[in-house]
Amino acid sequence: MRFKPAPTPKPLRTEQIILFRSSSQIFAISSGSVQEVRSVDSLAGAATGVTEPRVNKVRHAIRRGDRNLYVVNVALHFGLPPSSAALVFVLRKSRLALLVDGIEKMTTMTILQALPSAFCNEERQWYRGLTVLDQSVIPVVSPEGFLTRNELVLLDAVSATTLPPSRPVAGLEVNP
Amino acid sequence: MSFTEPLDSRSCVLLRLGERRFALAAEQVAELVAPSRIFRFAHRTSQIDGVILRRGRVVAVCDLSEILTGKRLGMSRFYLIATRGRQSAMDWVALPVSGECELIQADLTPASPADSPHVAGWLSHDGEVIEVLNLNALTPGASAAPTESEAQA
Repeated sequence: MRFKPAPTPKPLRTEQIILFRSSSQIFAISSGSVQEVRSVDSLAGAATGVTEPRVNKVRHAIRRGDRNLYVVNVALHFGLPPSSAALVFVLRKSRLALLVDGIEKMTTMTILQALPSAFCNEERQWYRGLTVLDQSVIPVVSPEGFLTRNELVLLDAVSATTLPPSRPVAGLEVNP
Repeated sequence: MSFTEPLDSRSCVLLRLGERRFALAAEQVAELVAPSRIFRFAHRTSQIDGVILRRGRVVAVCDLSEILTGKRLGMSRFYLIATRGRQSAMDWVALPVSGECELIQADLTPASPADSPHVAGWLSHDGEVIEVLNLNALTPGASAAPTESEAQA
């Protein structure tokens, strides 16, 4: 009698993520979405102030080539108490950078659960879903959820005349 | 000619929120669990307190007491895990309750158009008239499922 061979286990779909802190809360972002991690100090000379009251979570922009990169304060975006941000994540294929307090760790997630449907407001744009790490639930942010197209248009309008020409700045490449 | 409202005998779970008792249709109740660690993260849905992990699933915690009794529950003794929606889009919510729950068989009187949307019906138990809750009307993000009274209309 021949037994059926045991089914070969399917490889788990894993994703590298960065756990970061903002205003004492922990969030996750796919490391594939982050192009550079830089210290706030390294932005000091490269960033220019931006004032658009309708998008007050963005207070700085960096000129990169012929485009503006907008720095979103993550604590303000999520409506959290202001915190002392130390790092900037420059996002890949995006015009955004995120101002965060610090990196908790880099790790791998194997589960991404959909946000329960009871959450029915802006958080549905904010998060790709929730992951479970060490018996803790961590929201995984959606890079597209930080600024809307309309907000980008508003920011472009105010920053068109104020930003200086681009200059090279040093940073840590996460995914070269 | 006399008219009597149709009575429908159903299994219901009685739950306590503070001093008041409410009921849920038993088929909507998955389990009653002791309070576990609640995880909170930034969001904008005011009725949601956070999430708990139950059997590997993330379940939103929705405190109904403020809507139903006007007071927040504070300490909850248990979470009643309830299902809502339809089979294609079934969803779990954890409802903090302040005491043990009781499974009863009772005759339900359907809600009338004058009742609040959160009332799916009424039942009488131990001399008390108790609201049977319509979770889809009470909890955020539910699919627009018909209430008991709408379904029977």
